[in-house]
Amino acid sequence: MLQQNHFALFGLKPAFEIDTARLDQAYRKLQAEVHPDRYATATAQEKLQSLAWATRINEAYQTLKNPLLRARYLLQLHGFEIHEGANTAMPAEFLMQQMEWREAIEDARHTRNLNTLVALNRELEHEMEALKHALGTALDVRGDYASAAEMVCKLRFLEKVRDEIELALEDLEQ
Amino acid sequence: MALLQISEPGQSAAPHQHKLAIGIDLGTTHSLVATVRSGMSVVLNDEMGRALLPSVVRFCADGSVVVGHDAQAAQALDPQNTIVSVKRFMGRGLKDIADIAHLPYRFVDAPGMLQINTITGIKSPVEVSAEILKVLKRRAEKSLGGEITGAVITVPAYFDDAQRQATKDAARLAGLNVLRLLNEPTAAAIAYGLDNAAEGIYVVYDLGGGTFDVSILRLTRGVFEVLATSGDSALGGDDFDRRIYCWILEQAQLPPLSAEDNRLLLTKAREAKEWLSEHHEARITCVLSHGRVIDLTLTAATFNELTATLVAKTMTPVRKALRDARLDVTDIKGVVMVGGATRMPQIRHAVAEFFGSEPLTNLDPDKVVALGAAIQANILVGNKNDDELLLLDVVPLSLGLETMGGLIEKIIPRNSPIPIARAQDFTTFKDGQTAMSIHVVQGERELVSDCRSLARFELRGIPPMAAGAARVRVTFQVDADGLLSVSARELTSGVEAHVTVKPSYGLSEEQIADMLRASFAHADEDKQARALREAQVEANRLLETVAAALKADGDSLLSTEERARIEAAVSNLRQALTRDDANAIRREIAALNQATEAFAARRMDMSIRKALAGHKLEEIDS
Repeated sequence: MLQQNHFALFGLKPAFEIDTARLDQAYRKLQAEVHPDRYATATAQEKLQSLAWATRINEAYQTLKNPLLRARYLLQLHGFEIHEGANTAMPAEFLMQQMEWREAIEDARHTRNLNTLVALNRELEHEMEALKHALGTALDVRGDYASAAEMVCKLRFLEKVRDEIELALEDLEQ
Repeated sequence: MALLQISEPGQSAAPHQHKLAIGIDLGTTHSLVATVRSGMSVVLNDEMGRALLPSVVRFCADGSVVVGHDAQAAQALDPQNTIVSVKRFMGRGLKDIADIAHLPYRFVDAPGMLQINTITGIKSPVEVSAEILKVLKRRAEKSLGGEITGAVITVPAYFDDAQRQATKDAARLAGLNVLRLLNEPTAAAIAYGLDNAAEGIYVVYDLGGGTFDVSILRLTRGVFEVLATSGDSALGGDDFDRRIYCWILEQAQLPPLSAEDNRLLLTKAREAKEWLSEHHEARITCVLSHGRVIDLTLTAATFNELTATLVAKTMTPVRKALRDARLDVTDIKGVVMVGGATRMPQIRHAVAEFFGSEPLTNLDPDKVVALGAAIQANILVGNKNDDELLLLDVVPLSLGLETMGGLIEKIIPRNSPIPIARAQDFTTFKDGQTAMSIHVVQGERELVSDCRSLARFELRGIPPMAAGAARVRVTFQVDADGLLSVSARELTSGVEAHVTVKPSYGLSEEQIADMLRASFAHADEDKQARALREAQVEANRLLETVAAALKADGDSLLSTEERARIEAAVSNLRQALTRDDANAIRREIAALNQATEAFAARRMDMSIRKALAGHKLEEIDS
């Protein structure tokens, strides 16, 4: 049972569009059964079992809750392994856009312009939402895994840009 | 009138005898112990009716140790041997303590964690903390009239692995069975949430004496799920005292002072801070050792000015936690204030302004953490057999490994739910490389030099291969206490080099045993008697658990032979219990644990299937 796939673990069909409320509910229900707090006075064997299961459920939940990780996991189930770094042949215009964002972040950092960063963050969120929507269609409707894999890479790029914005925000706030 | 029942000697009165469990808030400035009594969580007072034990430990020339109010009273007289705020030194090296020059102690640098030279010898912060815990343990035993089965010890949510490990070591050194390390804001949320039947997303703003934590929790029908946590483990009420202290030095234009005078002024500063929570101005008067008279008046307005940057500093982690949880202030249903320092009006105003609503302050901010810890301890020990409370906590800081060029590869990102395990594969850099140095770090920055070094170890015995051909899998496991263990092995060759490390600052099992032995030398009970009693307690606990499991699922999950094997191991353990031999009991405990391995796995599978039963049906429908 420890080996079954993440979706089955929570009683979900493997798909990009999932009922997150049901995922949350199933997660809490499962942890209520297996969490180490339930086995604080149990035998050593039961404690080990509990640790392994609670770890497994947290891993699965983290994967399914995050759209990027969920998409990557789905692709993996369909036999598409994504190797980060190795697969960086992205369209030129996408890379241009990336560079523009990064320059804008650096500018805002130097001029200590918090508002620009917040606006950039919003723009990025918007972009990511659109990409997630497209990803859903590619994975669940068209079954076009090759282009879904490219979108996953794009999404990963955008997340990195967002991390940079957040680091810049943090530095400016201090 | 009903007759009272008395059980035969040696037999337990009831299958679910009430066990004594306590929650301890081991704080920077003071510590508390609480327990659940008749369904209510209560703080246990000392003989003089005081709940708060000042976290002050004095080592005296005659070898005695004084803890609490008496030690606090002596701190201006004997500052070098009277350790205050020892929590700030837990799991910390000398270079981590910013204001080291202002402190009166004779520090000794030691790998991993600093030590303090006192009149009775060199003490580690772990030993000093253990003294505080021992006093609280004795208080609880006296008050509850029996041996304590287990304790939940709280730690700041933002404590890193070194600080957590040090806390757990201190508790074990004090002779406590640690059921769980619990994050302080989470403990507060339990006490608060259960009291108010709260649902929704809450922020816990916890400003203690020396640490600041902020946690964001989702409360859903008894499930307390931490969504994000942040903080500053070197920011607290003490810093506000120091601002006043510096102001006094400046106003009175004082030359460098003796350790005694410094301590006196810091005490006066703390008193002024506390007075200003209720009043508009505070008068600060005292006489220094050379007869110099200090007489100053500090207004609330000046105090606000002096501390504005500190108040602002707490808001940075608040923003960070909100961002990590992908939430906005408008998503927050309420803010809970925890820690004595949140009594300061400027803190309350700043929090109210940020969140656009008044923070919740109806529970005593000094006691709420201990009260929550006691509730958790009571459940963990098995007194309350309910499924309604569940805590799901997170890792506060990212965990990673050093790679080429002093960079960090993050393995477990911050705010991952615990327990969690993650593996990452690495490879060799040179042809024929047979060893790999593994450096475990914790922190958010990209450079190793900006993060905390947790442990270093070497993986040896990698078969010689071309550069990049070996595959070394490093696995990080964080348990439910938030403690990390790391293992590594080489995959391609089938040769399995395997090493599990405990971070280097932690005390080894042997060191703990030595320290315990040393402390027993002074106690009137001898170590063998104690070892025997511990083995007996554990054996009885195990027998009880196995009997309950067999009764519930033995018929459905075990074959006749399997059941016979377990029952044989049970009877062997019972047999061993009749003799006073701790080693024999330990051996049979291990054997029974071994015999129940498959049974434990099947029971776990079954409970998961049960939990999922409803979901399975829905899946077929859709």
